[in-house]
Amino acid sequence: MKDRNTELYRTMYLIRMCEEKIRVHYPSDQLKTPVHLCIGLEAIVAGVIYSLKSDDQVFGTYRNHGIYLAKSGNTDRFFGEMFGKVTGEFQGKAGSMHLSAPENGFMGSSAVVGTTIPLSLGCSFVNQQKNNGRLTAVFFGDGATDEGVFWESLNFACLKKLPLMFICEDNGLAIHSNTSERQGYRSITDIVNQFDCHVIESESTDPEVIADLTEKGISKIYQKNGPVFFHFKYYRYLEHVGINEDFESGYRSREEFEHWHKIDPINLQRAKLIKNGLKESFIQEIENAAIDKIEKSIALASQAPFPPDTDLYQNVLV
Amino acid sequence: MIKNLSYREALNLAMVQEMDRDSNVFVYGLDVPDHKRIFGSTVGLVEKFGSERCFGTPLAEDAMTGFALGSAINGMRPIHIHIRADFLMLAMNQIVNMISNFRYMTGGKLKIPLVIRAIIGRGWGQSAQHSKSLHSFFAHIPGLKVVMPTTPADAKGLLASAIRDDNPVVFLEHRWLYDIIDEVNIDSEALLPLGEPSLLRKGNDLTVVATSWMNVEAMRAAEVLKKYHGTNLEIIDPRTIAPLDYEMIYDSVNKTTHCIVADYDWLYCGFSAEVAARISEHCFNKLKAPVARIGFSPTPCPTTRPLENKFYSNAVDIIRLAEKILNLKPADLAKEDFYSYENKFKGPF
Repeated sequence: MKDRNTELYRTMYLIRMCEEKIRVHYPSDQLKTPVHLCIGLEAIVAGVIYSLKSDDQVFGTYRNHGIYLAKSGNTDRFFGEMFGKVTGEFQGKAGSMHLSAPENGFMGSSAVVGTTIPLSLGCSFVNQQKNNGRLTAVFFGDGATDEGVFWESLNFACLKKLPLMFICEDNGLAIHSNTSERQGYRSITDIVNQFDCHVIESESTDPEVIADLTEKGISKIYQKNGPVFFHFKYYRYLEHVGINEDFESGYRSREEFEHWHKIDPINLQRAKLIKNGLKESFIQEIENAAIDKIEKSIALASQAPFPPDTDLYQNVLV
Repeated sequence: MIKNLSYREALNLAMVQEMDRDSNVFVYGLDVPDHKRIFGSTVGLVEKFGSERCFGTPLAEDAMTGFALGSAINGMRPIHIHIRADFLMLAMNQIVNMISNFRYMTGGKLKIPLVIRAIIGRGWGQSAQHSKSLHSFFAHIPGLKVVMPTTPADAKGLLASAIRDDNPVVFLEHRWLYDIIDEVNIDSEALLPLGEPSLLRKGNDLTVVATSWMNVEAMRAAEVLKKYHGTNLEIIDPRTIAPLDYEMIYDSVNKTTHCIVADYDWLYCGFSAEVAARISEHCFNKLKAPVARIGFSPTPCPTTRPLENKFYSNAVDIIRLAEKILNLKPADLAKEDFYSYENKFKGPF
């Protein structure tokens, strides 16, 4: 059996390095798609998705690269999509912001905040009706909880006791607006607790902790207790959209970053593997394999053709 | 088998037959299973199919529309019902940003088989927020089909096709049409194709392209024009607003050389402008007069009856416009009766 900690590290490292390689290649202007990088977020994505079955279904936001890579692992299609080439998951029709992998259970993401939350209702409703044991998880940021559709969806999920996991990835920011500038209440988890919903919260950057909490939530769902709301804090290392740091722009401080960087999920997990007795060389093999895979995928995407003009008209309707 | 059915019974029959045929079809929306049953169109569904396949919802149009998309991409065929088309404005984010795009953005990997039924209100003070048709709104967006049936036969055949279609379909039903009774082929496989217009009346003198309730007005106008002038209108109901095969319309206008578009909507940037532009592009050499258009006044719909009368176009407007286009002396219509909602229209169509 595969070691959970090793697998969590393998997934997180792949995600981190894909994002770092995007930062390297972005200035070449070959990736003409707005990227919302998930550096800092890896423990949540890796931990949650590790605890799901492969046929469980997830929905994401425009900050979706981690979900895609954790669910499908296909870096060829990932970079193909970033480069807008025929080798992309959707031959360049989706780009970064609308990436998904339906065949791997990543059912959709969206560039309009909050819009995939109600999709998770319909998806989990079908699973409930068919009693097929599949779970649905929907990832969204704290900004989405400002939207009416979040509350409409939470209400409906609780009403129908849907087998659904709400995953709130709270970085305290909606683009550049702090929670304190947006929310006239003290605690989202206190409010959600008033619904018929199980609430789990954490500020951990340890993917093992996230995976354990996810499993705890899943057991609640299997007891047919209805949905679970997970509130996970994290820190967004880079600007909202793009590849750069933005600590000098005034809305947040480098000190805050430095606090979170001390508990960086990749570094923490690597140290844990060493402490658990894994050899440095073994970890380096994992890392080299990831980088090798990514470099090959980038070369493939870079050389692949763009879709033909006729593709413009394909798949508007069936 | 042919049977006389009302428009509401025709809608109901299409849903019953499709829910019988395919267990993935379900129907939901605010008050769908209540005692009034969406003006009678959802009668018997909850009793026959149970509350899992026919249920009411919270007042949450945005989430409940995303719910349809989420269930459609996971294998079901939802029918979401709104008692007024105006309420679809609360669902526009999902319809325009998500549902219409989702297949395209996933490179055709996903199908979006869902139907949104909505009713167009009119009269008895329906006023500005319960009277819109909005078909031009939806038809403007690639990735949506928009259907607007007038007759009971079309209501049944097109709704069944919409439910079987693998694309999102917005299905708009005028409230006044619910009482029309006419012949319907009740065979469960008697489908009508989406995207093809219907010739409601043959004539050689002037083509009227009319939508929804305006077909009722156009048919009455045709009777009067025949009686007083011996003039024959040809009336075409597009039935589907998008996508639409325009060949029947072009052939008709090339034959009659005159055209009125009588749309059940505002004119500015509306479906009537689209039809007029396309006729100009395809029939320019045959047209003996510019394409004329009638529709709502360019105002919100008022409540009080006299102003509401002025807001809507009717059979008399079509008659007067046809007379003007064809250089006919206006007939004295004093002895003619025209539709008024105080005495309900029962058909046959």
